[in-house]
Amino acid sequence: MNKNFILYAAILIFGLAAPFIFPAFKVQLSILCVLIVLATTWNIQGGEMGYNSFGNILFYGLGMYLCASVQVGMFFPLAEWTESGGEKTFVHTPSQFFQGMAVGLVVAAVVPTIVAGLIGYSILGLRGHYFAICTLGLGVAAGEISGGIEIIGAGQGFTTPPFPNVGSLEARGEFFYFLSFFTLVLTFIAVRSIYSTRFKLILNAIRDNEDKAEAMGIETMKYKIIGWMISAFFCGLAGGIMGGLVGYIDSTDVAFDGREMGVFMVLMAILGGKGTLWGPIIGATIFHIFKEGFWTFFLGWQYVALGVLIVVIVIYFPEGIMGWLREKYPERFGEVVDEKDRKAQVELK
Amino acid sequence: MITLQACLDGILLGVLFALIAYGMALQWGVMNIINIAQGDLVILGGYIAYFMYLYGIHPAWGVIVAPVIMYFVGIAIYKLVINKVVDRDLFISILATFGISILFMQLMNFAFGADVVLANSGYGTTMLFDNNVVLPNSKIFSAFISIVFAICLVIYMKKSKLGRAIRATAQNARAAKILGVDTEKVYAATFGINAALCGVAGALISITFTIHPYMGLPYTIRSFMIVIVAGLGNLPGVAMSGMGLGVFEEFADYILGTEFRIGSVFLLLVLILVYRRFKLSRKREYLK
Repeated sequence: MNKNFILYAAILIFGLAAPFIFPAFKVQLSILCVLIVLATTWNIQGGEMGYNSFGNILFYGLGMYLCASVQVGMFFPLAEWTESGGEKTFVHTPSQFFQGMAVGLVVAAVVPTIVAGLIGYSILGLRGHYFAICTLGLGVAAGEISGGIEIIGAGQGFTTPPFPNVGSLEARGEFFYFLSFFTLVLTFIAVRSIYSTRFKLILNAIRDNEDKAEAMGIETMKYKIIGWMISAFFCGLAGGIMGGLVGYIDSTDVAFDGREMGVFMVLMAILGGKGTLWGPIIGATIFHIFKEGFWTFFLGWQYVALGVLIVVIVIYFPEGIMGWLREKYPERFGEVVDEKDRKAQVELK
Repeated sequence: MITLQACLDGILLGVLFALIAYGMALQWGVMNIINIAQGDLVILGGYIAYFMYLYGIHPAWGVIVAPVIMYFVGIAIYKLVINKVVDRDLFISILATFGISILFMQLMNFAFGADVVLANSGYGTTMLFDNNVVLPNSKIFSAFISIVFAICLVIYMKKSKLGRAIRATAQNARAAKILGVDTEKVYAATFGINAALCGVAGALISITFTIHPYMGLPYTIRSFMIVIVAGLGNLPGVAMSGMGLGVFEEFADYILGTEFRIGSVFLLLVLILVYRRFKLSRKREYLK
């Protein structure tokens, strides 16, 4: 416990100091925080509950659009804003911007949660691959449909309010970094406290054998919906932040980007190790570094690399980094290993 | 009259969807994998026909050439990736083929460019009912060819030795292995046949409609939808639900507008799955 405390304190201090140590990478660090949030929350229902969803992108995109719309709509007519495209006919004052952002983020977190609760009952009844394909369809459908709605910019996209002039040039990067880092810390605390309760055991029971869990008297549907709602809450929040960070929302390329972000979250969680607390965090960090390297040096070939990466990880590395470590050093994970057993296994190999 | 036009268009389109869905049903039934890259194989087949058109060969010959090339592409994909995911969790196969799909999409984008292309067959149009209904001959041709290929395949599956082996493996892979069927070969052949079917469908699509490197996923979703509506191994059902989907799409296009066409297909998938879930769900009661 004591050792853990030092570890957390070190990470927290590093996180707070990071934008000053690496001032050039502030945007990348913010994106990393968002990616970690997405991977960690995907892990709640993908890894712990066993419901592999491609559809969390729905909540992410929803949060993105909602946050931006609220931020604009609170002070200016939304339709005129989107119609003017990139032209800044309306300008937010700093106080308007921050008020709008705060209210927008609340809406961006709450509405996807409600949506998840509403559609959860019908969709979480599907099992296995039906669930996966259904959520894939949901994400793509949301992208296609939002691309046809005029008031949020339709095909030409939605420019989010530009960051107001508050004196310092560095302010924008720092604001978004600390916002996303704060969200990350919040997510981590929430997920960690969830994982130490009975709720996590119920989720694991659903993953291991849903029918048996039901026979034991667990109302599986209720817990599945709650699990999905928790994911949706943080996905929406992450989406809202990302919308402000990118500065431009497009229906299929930024918000409901099933081909990129929707796969990334699954991939990051699998790379790090499904069903562990630290796995998605490690996976997301490694993935982001790898991705940025590729995006910079192999411009144009990134999707080819991504496709190959998915295939390789899924086929040769389905347990992820944490799974591999767990097999190698089971004692570190609090598993009691019988020496005889281990020797017998080594001999078998 | 517009209703009739949409119905006829939809039926001719639906026959093509049914052909793709038949390949999907085949590999799902035999190998128990769901291939997200199905649509990209279709588009690749379409580009083969398009290239023949560019080099001055009539694109209709693509119907013969594309399946032959695609058969080997399918075998190659099987040897490289699919044979490692056959016995594993279905989600692994979904994710792995998703990776293949992204890879194909991007490679096609590099090789053929991001333009929407069309192989012009020059077949003209047929006017029906006092010129109120206009049907391009290429659509009629493609529906006819699809039906011919489907019938050939059904006969092949019923009569030939490989067809029997495939059906045996679909019923029980272990028993088939014990009785001397080389299941590895059967799997490879199944995937190859599926890819060849996609090739035919793609060549026909390049004549009838347009192709674009990123258009693959809707075809996957359509074929998945047709298969779950019809059920595995129900061939008349596949044909019927394919046509039904085609008609649905034409009407969605006409009523909601073209920009919502793909969206409505994906929404229909969600609705069908949800309907299926409530229809199949047992009545559960909990002790309070």
